[in-house]
Amino acid sequence: MTTTSNVAAPPATPVPQHRSAARRRTPASMAGAAVKYTLVLLFLIIVLMPAYVLVVTSFKSGSEIGVSGQWDLPERWTTESWAKAWSALRPSFLRTIELAVPVALISSLLGAANGFVLSRWRFPGADVVFTLILFGMFIPYQAVMIPLRDIVTTIGLPPGIPTLIFVHSVYGIPICTLIFRNYYATTVPEDIVEASRVDGAGLLRTFRSVILPVSIPGFVVTIIWQFTSAWNDFLFAIFLSNTRNGPITIALNALAGAQSPDYAAAMAGALITSLPTLVVYILLGRWFIGGLMAGSVKS
Amino acid sequence: MTKNLRRWGPGLLLLSPSLILLAVFVYGLIGWTVKVSLSDQHDALGSKGFVGLDNYVYLFTEDINGRFLHSLRNLAVFTVVFMVGTMLTGLLWAFLLERGVRGEGVFRTVYLFPMAVSFVASGVVWRWLMNPSTGERAGGLNAIFQSLHLDFLQSEWWTNPQWGMSAMAMPAIWQLSGYVMALFLAGFRGIPNELREAAAVDGASTFQLYRRVLFPQLTPVALSAVIIIGHMSMKMFDLIMSVSGAQWLTEVPAVYVWQALLTSDYAKAAAISVILLLVVAVVVVPYLVYTDRQEKRA
Repeated sequence: MTTTSNVAAPPATPVPQHRSAARRRTPASMAGAAVKYTLVLLFLIIVLMPAYVLVVTSFKSGSEIGVSGQWDLPERWTTESWAKAWSALRPSFLRTIELAVPVALISSLLGAANGFVLSRWRFPGADVVFTLILFGMFIPYQAVMIPLRDIVTTIGLPPGIPTLIFVHSVYGIPICTLIFRNYYATTVPEDIVEASRVDGAGLLRTFRSVILPVSIPGFVVTIIWQFTSAWNDFLFAIFLSNTRNGPITIALNALAGAQSPDYAAAMAGALITSLPTLVVYILLGRWFIGGLMAGSVKS
Repeated sequence: MTKNLRRWGPGLLLLSPSLILLAVFVYGLIGWTVKVSLSDQHDALGSKGFVGLDNYVYLFTEDINGRFLHSLRNLAVFTVVFMVGTMLTGLLWAFLLERGVRGEGVFRTVYLFPMAVSFVASGVVWRWLMNPSTGERAGGLNAIFQSLHLDFLQSEWWTNPQWGMSAMAMPAIWQLSGYVMALFLAGFRGIPNELREAAAVDGASTFQLYRRVLFPQLTPVALSAVIIIGHMSMKMFDLIMSVSGAQWLTEVPAVYVWQALLTSDYAKAAAISVILLLVVAVVVVPYLVYTDRQEKRA
């Protein structure tokens, strides 16, 4: 049993319900079903509650945010808080696109190359090397942050987005390597690689003509994963950039972090910040889950 | 030798950019941080003399008001509540959905959606929900409890000096229970159907089926989930910064590092970081070794 093969077939794939046919309609089973549906609906409401607050509050004007009627629908629906939030976040929104897209592409390419070598072009000690790579995805980044700030300046990376592109790409290598290694190990038969080898094809030609054409699902997963991580990151951003050159999380934190913030604008800002990753999640949910599952390494 | 080189050389060459980057930026920089933590570089000028383990001893014994121990206690409370909360909620959700629910996809999508949102964004709304005012000026969740005549549920949330960190874990539970659910659902679906059928033939009740057949099969998934949630908890930073900002009440080691750096106390920040790394490594390294062995056996 493995959760790692889910890159190919994520659990979001509908599984036939074998048991439903066998279920009989006894009073006990109907009571059980009632409890079950009550619970799943209750949890649905609880999980959605913060989303309700975000949406409703964001359409209020800053002056309507008082103590009374906090949970009510706006008396007057207005987009003025959205406009306020957008003007505060727009520059950083664009910068975050400039950050997250290259990060997703660079670390995915490196991850594909590594994953291929570590699964299908193995050398003695490949497992040890793999484990050493993997460790990089678990470390608390504080443990590298102090010298990291100096070293990126020393090697001459411009502050802000270029620095963050580099840093996210490097620390994204472990997870992308893991995803591609598991992907190739489960979807590319060893024989095909071996046959290509026997035919005299070198590593790069095998990678290009045999592996890359079947890699698209793996790329979708790593690109989504890296895009989301870079978009949502706050830790690297706060250590390595500021509100003038940093990504959107920094700008949102500045907008919402004041002692008594304008909650209407802050919540509109939180929605604007979350929109890209939410759209990705809703449209490409099953691949999103594939990346999540890969995070569990093995089971 | 040359034959081996020709066979394995190209692979190593393709791998080498990543290996060099990780060697420098993971292992090299960790080494550097350790070196700083053993120095007396407590300001931007920095004398950089070697002081052995003094910074570590200081954190545990002399830190003003026991600040570091306080941050460890906060982290412990947070971690326990966060882990127990996500594991139980995630398992319950997986259990409910695994049994076949109409519209399962909708529930699964909704339960998992907070995972796509950043802690910084969700922190905005949770800060609002966990408004500590009560009575006349009640807001957020407290206002809901009041209007439902459940006043006794009103809480100071994270502003409680004793157990505030357990309230701080609520947004984290909200955000990651869906993830644990997804892991468990994948686990349930990985169990061969024959096992269920065999149990049914043997006349096992539903309770026995779960207790004796299905749950034991989920142990490896549960282990993965505990490790992932656990190491996320150790690193928790964004959420706390977003909900409360950096302040004494909710300080954890990851936030303390940030605060120490603001005053340019590099040696202290480095020592806290190294302790944090060690705590994570104690949990993660055995896990990585274990999964590597499992894989070899398979």
